[in-house]
Amino acid sequence: MTTLTTPPADVVGRSGPRAVPRNRIPRTRLVDVELRKLVDTRASRWLLAAVPLLTLVVAAGVTIWGSDAETAFAALATTNLMPLELLLPLVAVLTVAGEWSQRSALTTFALVPRRGRVVGAQAVALVLVTLAAAAAVVVLSAVGTVVAAQVRGIDAVWDLGTGLTLRSVLAYLAAVAVEFVAAVAIRSTAPAMVACLGFLFVVPMISTVAAGMWSWWAEHGAWFDLSWSLAFLTAPQITGTQWTQVGTSALLWLALPLALGLRRLLRVEIR
Amino acid sequence: MCRDPRLRSVRGMIRIDSLTKRYGDLAAVDDVSFTAFPGRVTGFLGPNGAGKSTTLRILTGLAAPTSGRATVLGRRYADLPNPGLDVGVLLDASAQHGGRTGRETLVLAQRTMGLPDAQVDAMLDLVGLTRTESQRRVRDYSLGMRQRLGIATALLGDPRVLILDEPANGLDPAGIRWMRDLLRAFADDGGTVLLSSHLLAEIELVADDIVVIGHGRVVASGATHELLAASGTLVRAHDGEALVSALASAGYRATPGADGGVVTDAGPADAGRVAFAAGLPLVELRSADGTALEEMFLDLTADDQRDPHPIGALA
Repeated sequence: MTTLTTPPADVVGRSGPRAVPRNRIPRTRLVDVELRKLVDTRASRWLLAAVPLLTLVVAAGVTIWGSDAETAFAALATTNLMPLELLLPLVAVLTVAGEWSQRSALTTFALVPRRGRVVGAQAVALVLVTLAAAAAVVVLSAVGTVVAAQVRGIDAVWDLGTGLTLRSVLAYLAAVAVEFVAAVAIRSTAPAMVACLGFLFVVPMISTVAAGMWSWWAEHGAWFDLSWSLAFLTAPQITGTQWTQVGTSALLWLALPLALGLRRLLRVEIR
Repeated sequence: MCRDPRLRSVRGMIRIDSLTKRYGDLAAVDDVSFTAFPGRVTGFLGPNGAGKSTTLRILTGLAAPTSGRATVLGRRYADLPNPGLDVGVLLDASAQHGGRTGRETLVLAQRTMGLPDAQVDAMLDLVGLTRTESQRRVRDYSLGMRQRLGIATALLGDPRVLILDEPANGLDPAGIRWMRDLLRAFADDGGTVLLSSHLLAEIELVADDIVVIGHGRVVASGATHELLAASGTLVRAHDGEALVSALASAGYRATPGADGGVVTDAGPADAGRVAFAAGLPLVELRSADGTALEEMFLDLTADDQRDPHPIGALA
């Protein structure tokens, strides 16, 4: 340790950050960093920018060409919320799986070796962004309803029920969660992206065909098929049984793969 | 090495203890032990695939060992509360998100560590990346620029320990010189540096201590000047085989080198006398500084070399 008496070199400012206390990195800071990662690449920035842009385009289009009924708040908001189901899962995949495909995981997990903390922060960041996007869409839709009513000289119709709105948001959260789980389990952008599109388009198709050919599935499929049971959430009414079906299918599509994927992610060698 | 008194100073130290990593039947790292001391640059030398990167990944908590232990500053890396402030790590400069700008890459690390914003610009200046370059996306960076960005990330938290895997890759000669000076200054300031390389010449210039690894095992370790110290005599004659047998029959050990020279444990005077008595005109006769290390390293490399003249590996 004799060399410690050597005067500090200018290359690394010894007086600075070394004085920073060695506390565990707080969770809020990890979430802040993960939120930043959601918007700091061109691809995810465009996907997120598309949310308000699409809302404005739809609102303008409905105002100009739509029927009076279509300018009602519920109709407008429901239409505008739909793109979220595609856009936000893509953001989730790009950010979470991109970490592995782009190999920035090497730096991320060198800075935060407790991998579960990073994954947890990613999940929280995605929930926050989904909620913020949904809120932005609802607010913009409200503005659209007011403007359309003014332009058309009709009374604005405020018919959006709180229950349905909350259930819709829950459905979008679930869609984001499916892709988050796919990204955690697959850890590669392209295959996770395929899984994303597969869940949104292929699974419902297969399920519908199966229901047509197999009456048992037509009756009980919703217990297992999350894409099916999620449709209950966005319907005007939902029964207790349907809630349970959402729960069981979520266990199958979310909890189980997440547990397996997480188990692997926490142990895998990061190259 | 284990009885070294310097071992008592745990601060700023890297310690690898009987580390083993198996992939099925293959032992990528096989009972590796060594220590990197504060105030010194430790070179981790070995051919490609010798187990260097695996060892460094285990050391930084990115891979789990099959058995053994690796500690930094007396703790397992994963147990450091905010590792970036204690240990600067650069394992692969190409492992950076191509869609982010260089500056954004640094900002993410700065925020994770909880450092002031100004530290980002300070590091950009330190590694010689201009503001304009830092606004470009990493996808468009050369490997040399990525190395500089990686070094900036590693130094961001003003750590006491640096762990670098092949940091000179992709740097031009001026960049390599810059890197060497930077590591020297870091160690002279009391920091611990562990850097790996597959190039003996590169390690020789900067390392105070060298650990040589081959096929997952440590084959030599010690202070650079000791490892490179005169370890025999290099004799060269047109008829190398005759020279070997002449030296051998005179009772000396003699090994033909890869480039026609013969390394022997005879002193230069004795070696010259033997050659003279055998009637072999010498082309070269000198004390073989570093030749033993070079030979050992070439032997290690030779097994995996397709090139019939493995000397090329040192170029």
